[in-house]
Amino acid sequence: MDDMSSRKPNALDLHVPAPRARPGDKPDFSGWSFPEPGDTPRPDVDEPAHALREYAYGLIRVLDMEGNALGPWTPQIAPEKLRRAIKYMLLTRAYDERMHRAQRQGKTSFYMQCLGEEAIAIAQTMALNPDDMCFPSYRQQGILIARDYPLIDMMHQIYSNASDPMKGRQLPVMYSSKKDGFFTISGNLATQVPQAVGWAMASAYSGDGRIASTWLGEGSTAEGDFHAAMTFAAVYKAPVIINVVNNQWAISSFSGIAGGDNTTFAAKGVGYGMPPLRVDGNDFLAVYAVTQWAAERARNNLGPTLIEHFSYRAGPHSTSDDPARYRPGEEARLWPLGDPIERLKTHLISLGEWSEEQHKAAQEEVVETVRATGREAEKVGVLGPEAPATHTRASMFEDVYSELPWHLRQQRDEHGA
Amino acid sequence: MASMTMIQALNSALDTMMERDPNVLTFGEDVGYFGGVFKVTEHLQQKYGKKRCFDAPINENGIAGVAVGMASYGLRPVIEIQFADYMYPAYDQLVSEAARIRYRSAGDFTVPITVRMPYGGGIRGGQTHSQSPEALFTHVAGLKTVIPSTPYDAKGLLIACIEEDDPVIFMEPKRIYNGPFDGFHDRQVSPWSKHPASEVPEGYYKIPLGKANIVRAGEAVTVLAYGTMVHVALAAAIESGIDAEVIDLRTLLPVDIETIVTSVEKTGRCVIVHEATRTSGYGAELSALVQEHCFYKLEAPIERVTGYDTPYPHSLEWEYFPTPPRIIKAMRRVTEA
Repeated sequence: MDDMSSRKPNALDLHVPAPRARPGDKPDFSGWSFPEPGDTPRPDVDEPAHALREYAYGLIRVLDMEGNALGPWTPQIAPEKLRRAIKYMLLTRAYDERMHRAQRQGKTSFYMQCLGEEAIAIAQTMALNPDDMCFPSYRQQGILIARDYPLIDMMHQIYSNASDPMKGRQLPVMYSSKKDGFFTISGNLATQVPQAVGWAMASAYSGDGRIASTWLGEGSTAEGDFHAAMTFAAVYKAPVIINVVNNQWAISSFSGIAGGDNTTFAAKGVGYGMPPLRVDGNDFLAVYAVTQWAAERARNNLGPTLIEHFSYRAGPHSTSDDPARYRPGEEARLWPLGDPIERLKTHLISLGEWSEEQHKAAQEEVVETVRATGREAEKVGVLGPEAPATHTRASMFEDVYSELPWHLRQQRDEHGA
Repeated sequence: MASMTMIQALNSALDTMMERDPNVLTFGEDVGYFGGVFKVTEHLQQKYGKKRCFDAPINENGIAGVAVGMASYGLRPVIEIQFADYMYPAYDQLVSEAARIRYRSAGDFTVPITVRMPYGGGIRGGQTHSQSPEALFTHVAGLKTVIPSTPYDAKGLLIACIEEDDPVIFMEPKRIYNGPFDGFHDRQVSPWSKHPASEVPEGYYKIPLGKANIVRAGEAVTVLAYGTMVHVALAAAIESGIDAEVIDLRTLLPVDIETIVTSVEKTGRCVIVHEATRTSGYGAELSALVQEHCFYKLEAPIERVTGYDTPYPHSLEWEYFPTPPRIIKAMRRVTEA
C-alpha cells in the first residue's frame, strides 16, 4: 500500500466518515441551517405519506430561543400541565444525577442518564394516552417519571436490592412495568422496534384503541431490526410511532457512522412510505405537537409515523465511558438548540406562568425528593457482593419457564438452593 | 378419525386452535392466500380471514420480532419460518428476546409464541434447505424444542405448543411430511395412509411436552432418535434383526430423561441418531446425559450416528444422510462390544 508507484491509475479510495471535531478541537456547527421556529406548516393528519416527504429534511420548531411559541404546530397545553412537565423534567435530571453519583460511589454497577434529552420522553408520554404502550430504549426513564411510577421502585431496580421489581435479574435501568405500559428493556439495541410494531398490530387485530410508541437511538437505526420494523409497520399500517432519538453520539461513534452524513434519519421513512417528521428534540412544545399529530394519525387507523428527534446527548453514554476521550468538551454547552429544561422554563416565564423563584423552589424540591427517596431505597439495600436474602439462590432458577423443568430442578438442587 | 399426512395433521392442529381461540393467528412467508410452500396453512385464510392468516415480508427478523410483540399484547401467534435454514436472521429475537422476557421482567411479560419451521434433509435441498439446527435452540435457556415424527404426534404436539405459555420451537421433519421415509432412498416410498399413526382425530387433543414415545420395545440396545430418524432407526432395527428399543424423544427440551434412563439401564447400550452435524450437536447432550445417569449400567461406549461436520452437500446427499446401514453398523459395534 505504501508503494504509490504500484497503485492503479484509477485506484479507488475507501471513505470512512469522521466527525468535524474531536477532543481539543472547537465544536463546529457551521453550515447547519434550520427553519425558523413557526415556519413549518402543520399538515392534516390524513395527508398521504408521499406528500410529507419534505418534513424529513426540515425541522419542526415551535419555541424560539427567547421562549416564544410560534406557528401552526403550537400545541394547546394548559399552564398547569406545562408546570407539571417542567417538574417531571427537573425530577428526571435530579434522579439521573443522583443515580450516576451512586454508581460512582460503588452502590451499583452501571447507570445511564438522559441529560439533555428529557423533553423527548416526557413530552411524548404527556401527549400519549396513559394506556398507550411504550417500547423504550434505555434512555427514556422520563416515561416512567411522567407516568408517576414510584421513584423508589426505579431506585430499587438500580440497586438490585430486595425490593427490585425485577428481582435483581437485570442490569440497572432495564426497567419493566406492564401496568404502566412500559415494556421490559432489553439492552440489545433496536429489538424493541419490531416488537412495538407487533404489539400495535395486535392492538389493531383485537379492535383495541391503544397505540404503541417505540424509541431507538440514531446509531441503532443501522440494525436490521429497525428496517424489519419499518417494513412491517408500513405494510400493515400498524398504529405505532417510531421515534429515532438522534442525540449525535452512539457511545464514541458520531452519527455519520450510522449514515447521518448522507441524509437525515427522518428520511429513512421516505423509502418505506411512512410520514417522516423531523423535530427539534430540545423543544418540549414541538415534540409534544408532533407526537399528538402522529398519535392522532395512528388512532384514525392511518398507520405509523417516523419521528426523528434532533437532540444532543449532553452526558456520557453510560457510567462506562468518558466523552472527553472522543468529542469536544464544549459541544454540549454550545449546542445550537439549547437545553430543553431552560427553554421550557423561559417559555413558562414569558407566559407569566412561572418565575425564577418557582423554578428554584421546584429544583430544590425534586432534589430533596430524590435525596429522601434515595435514603429509603438504600435502607432496603444497594448492590453488594452478596445478593439480598430475598433473592434466594432458588429464585435464580425461577421464571426461566412457566414451570420448573426437571433439568433446572436438578441444577437448583445441585447448587444447594 | 381420518387418515392424514403430516401436513394435513399440522393444518388440522392450526385449524382446531384458530377455531377454539380468537387469540391464535398465523403468519409467515407465503402462508396466506397460497397456504405456505408446503401447504401447512392451506385454506386457513379462506376460513378465518386474512387478519388471522397472512403473508409476511421476507424478513425472518421481523416475523419473529413482530410475534414477540403480539405475544406481549396477549395473542398466541404461530409463525412459520419457511425453512429452518432461514431462521438465522430471527435468531436474536428468539434467543435474546422471546427466550428471556419472562426471566428479565420477573414474569411481568411473557411470550407464548410457537415458531414452526420445516427442517432436515433427504429432499435434495442442498445446504440452504436441509439443515437441522435444533441444537442451536436446545442450548438456549427459556426455549422449548419439539419435533414430531408422525401425523398423530404432529397434531397433538402442535396443539400443546400453541397452548404453552413459553416460547416453543416446533421443528417439522419435512422429509416425512408426505410419508414415513425409512432412509432407503432407492426403495419405494410408502405413503402415510399405510402407517397406523396417520389416523388422526378430527378435533382437539394434546400430547404433553416432555414425554418420549417408545416406538419399538427391545432388549439389546437403546436407539434415541427424533423426527425423520425415528423411521430410519426403525428400518435399521427391522433390517438388521437386532433387538433394538427405539425411542422417539418428541420433545428435545425438556427431554424425557426417565424414559431414556429406564431403557438404557435395561439394555446397557445406546446409539444416538440425528441428521445434524455431530460436534456440539444434540447427540452430545444426550450422550452426556446417558453417561451421567447410566454409567454403571453401560456395557459399551455410546455411539452417535449423525450428519458429518460439513455443510449439507447436494450431489453427495446420500453419503451424508444417516442411513440404516450406518445405524446398523453402530448398533453392531455396541451390541458386539
